[in-house]
Amino acid sequence: MNTYEPPIFELSGSGKVGASLPAVGVPTSELPSELLRTDDLQGLPELSETEVVRHFTRISQRNFCIDTGMYPLGSCTMKYNPKIHEEAARLPGFAHIHPLQDEASVQGALRLSYELQQLLAEIAGFDEVCLQPAAGAQGEFAGILVFRAYHLDRGDEQRDEVLCPNSAHGTNPATAAMVGFKVIEIATDARGNVDLADLRAKVGPRTAGLMLTNPNTLGLFDEHVQEVAQIVHDAGGLMYGDGANFNAILGIVRPGDVGFDFMHYNLHKTFTTPHGGGGPGCGAVGCKAFLAPYLPGPIIHHENGQYTRYVPEKSIGRVKSFMGNFGMFVRAYTYIRMLGAAGLREISENAVLNANYLRVKLQDVYPVAYDRPCMHEVVLQGKLKDAPDIHTLDIAKRLIDFGFHPPTVYFPISVAEAIMIEPTETESKQNLDAFIAAMRQIAHEAVETPEVLHAAPTTTPVRRLDEVGAARKPVLKYDRAAIAALRGQAASTDDQIVRPTY
Amino acid sequence: MSHYISITDRDRQAMLEAIGAAAVEDLFAVVPTSVRFPTLDLPAALSEAEAASELRRLSSKNADVLTNACFLGAGAYHHFIPAAVDSILRRSEFYTAYTPYQPELAQGTLQAIFEYQSLMSGLMQMDAVNASHYDGATALAEGAIMALNSTRNRRKIVVAPSVNPQYRAVLRTYTQGLGVSIVGDERPEASLADVVALVDDKTACLIVQSPDFFGTLHDLKPVAEQVHAAGALLLMATNPVALGLFQTPGAVGADIAVAEGQPLGIPLSFGGPYLGIFACTEKLVRKMPGRLAGATTDLNGQLGYVLTLQTREQHIRREKATSNICTNQGLMALAATVHMALLGRQGLRQVAEICYHRAHYAAAEINKLDGYEVLSFGPFFHEFVVRCPAPAAEINRALEFASIIGGYDLSADYPHLGNAMLFCVTEMNTPADINRLVATLKG
Repeated sequence: MNTYEPPIFELSGSGKVGASLPAVGVPTSELPSELLRTDDLQGLPELSETEVVRHFTRISQRNFCIDTGMYPLGSCTMKYNPKIHEEAARLPGFAHIHPLQDEASVQGALRLSYELQQLLAEIAGFDEVCLQPAAGAQGEFAGILVFRAYHLDRGDEQRDEVLCPNSAHGTNPATAAMVGFKVIEIATDARGNVDLADLRAKVGPRTAGLMLTNPNTLGLFDEHVQEVAQIVHDAGGLMYGDGANFNAILGIVRPGDVGFDFMHYNLHKTFTTPHGGGGPGCGAVGCKAFLAPYLPGPIIHHENGQYTRYVPEKSIGRVKSFMGNFGMFVRAYTYIRMLGAAGLREISENAVLNANYLRVKLQDVYPVAYDRPCMHEVVLQGKLKDAPDIHTLDIAKRLIDFGFHPPTVYFPISVAEAIMIEPTETESKQNLDAFIAAMRQIAHEAVETPEVLHAAPTTTPVRRLDEVGAARKPVLKYDRAAIAALRGQAASTDDQIVRPTY
Repeated sequence: MSHYISITDRDRQAMLEAIGAAAVEDLFAVVPTSVRFPTLDLPAALSEAEAASELRRLSSKNADVLTNACFLGAGAYHHFIPAAVDSILRRSEFYTAYTPYQPELAQGTLQAIFEYQSLMSGLMQMDAVNASHYDGATALAEGAIMALNSTRNRRKIVVAPSVNPQYRAVLRTYTQGLGVSIVGDERPEASLADVVALVDDKTACLIVQSPDFFGTLHDLKPVAEQVHAAGALLLMATNPVALGLFQTPGAVGADIAVAEGQPLGIPLSFGGPYLGIFACTEKLVRKMPGRLAGATTDLNGQLGYVLTLQTREQHIRREKATSNICTNQGLMALAATVHMALLGRQGLRQVAEICYHRAHYAAAEINKLDGYEVLSFGPFFHEFVVRCPAPAAEINRALEFASIIGGYDLSADYPHLGNAMLFCVTEMNTPADINRLVATLKG
């Protein structure tokens, strides 16, 4: 089926409307003529509801998603998103309440938020949780601001450096820089851990803290995590935990128990609020009691059966409007309440089992970056014997033709030709076996018929796209001439462009 | 085993054998034994029916804007959302996908982002729009950081006190480690002219809002000229619904424009998820934070879309990126896209008109009441300030008994206004609701 769909502007026709609106219904008032918009909204299209729904339904069919297949995008935890969550978040008492309503009129929403704070604190071993940050990167930002505020409050003013392992997500160094810190990179040792010698050499009186993902982006649990924390703490620094990989250790170990002072949770990863094609997420943060006075606010408080909001006394301030992405709180809350402690541990056990199964079934063909049992994801290398012209990108694109979303590729940047596979706990053995078979078949093709890999994908709505051209001459919005030029046509001067047939 | 897990006991056995482990627990031998397998003190697991019932119970303890008339705005607005918006949002193809890193498998998401950028650019009359920020407040803060990064040796930000107080708070949170001074809003009663006068050769940007926090519309063309004459940038915060009728950031000459996109097809949802709209001039595009989709072609010459200009972003540039943003509000941008497409050229104007006329009708009726006075700061869109005969909190309690969610109490943020309240009227407030509000205020 051809799902090509022209840009929506090419479906527009003068006079069409796609929404039913009420009459003004009151006497009209004079408009301030000097403040009016003068272009009559020429840049906006006119379509019927039928056309709009068909347009977006058709383009939706050009997407791969979790509900159509395995999506082993490493570090993103693309697990199944339960349908009950969508129903819950749309209940009228959740979806249709105003954030500035009187607290007495939103006790149910505040209670849910409070209970979620408590649940998250218990699961990761922290004393206080703030749900406000909208994404992992914003949780990091809140955390590093808290570190800064803590040191300054103690008169410890020379700490202007944040340490990040070279395997860290790009958001970690970007966050530290955004707060105003200098970023110091720490090496990785031969077993995929933080290199202790390098850490000892670089930690010191200027260290504000270390940002560590554990399990790290190599899919490995740091074998010396407690020692790392000790070294950082001894130097007066703080331990930031990037919770991107928390899905590996629910009920297995609590970050608060191994030396982390602060952590963000990715509700859109671990607690399966949907990724939405890029977001929204929720990057709730948890910390030890000594850092709680600096948390962003508001935070929910419970006393005498009443739920109220408060801002901690030395708060870094709010990081976004209102309380955060409340719709995500409802989904994550539903998930945790339905799974309980045993269900959470099953998640991590199965996530780690699935990843290790892929590891042992693929490591004879694709070199593993670090040869030891992994956690919820495994990092392989797209370096195949006797196939020097084949790169990770070709392998990823060929996987698409086998019906799989490619894993994360070329990350972590510390591993050459990295292929980072996170199957998650919701994949069946049947799917994992099919994935293994596809990967092995691709390795075979890489030697026998490399042109097949170079040409892949061939089964998608579009073939490989010209990304270099897109960056060189950016077309960032609909422009009839620019789109026509891309299509290799002359720009039409007609008001109505003929709609392609399908 | 939970019903989300697809591994059988027999599968597990076979997989463990392949791995060479006796039990699943053995996979975690690397975790120090003293802290391994903690007992989590969590409530017992619920079945789906039990969970649904518990959630309904919590939901029912909140007063929603469907069963109560809501005159509260102040940064989050109750607008009509066509049913078709949520119908598209609930397509798994959109909501269970992630950032379109593999464009061949994500043409739906990429085309939707491209159309979002295009429609929003048309609405704002700005050259470029990114694929979203967390909300209006964070878009504003990142806009200010972009202004700092786009000007030389200018570390001062001037902000009007009539900019949403939460936006100003987030601006201060975001810039606290950057060694900048933020001035202009020390006195809540400072006028726009007072604030513009503070712009000098050390100023990176002036931040103003129109319609501002009080609903007032400002002619920002002369302001833009003054700001540019000083070599600074104009960052304008706005309301996308007002743009159906009123001056756009592009028309006044703003360099950076931001807005809360929630009024475009996104439910109130107790404050989130919302949508941060971020736009700028072509000149600033390569300093822009966040994701951008661009049009291109594939091997066969077919039109397609990709993420582009990624060298600005954290996953490539790390500490040298223009922002740390990664996960954004993609699905909310899709909601706004479908919403704008449905309303279209006529509907966007029509909604703005209904809001304007109903708000003015409500203001005129309230102004007639003894003890109530609509404070005039100039032309307004759909929000206005009313000085009340009693503290706003008391009046709102009385309104609650009549199933009315009253206005925003301005006494904490703007004490100089006295017992003042900010009312908002949209197309969701029927003429009957407005009359009921007026009658209840009259007492």
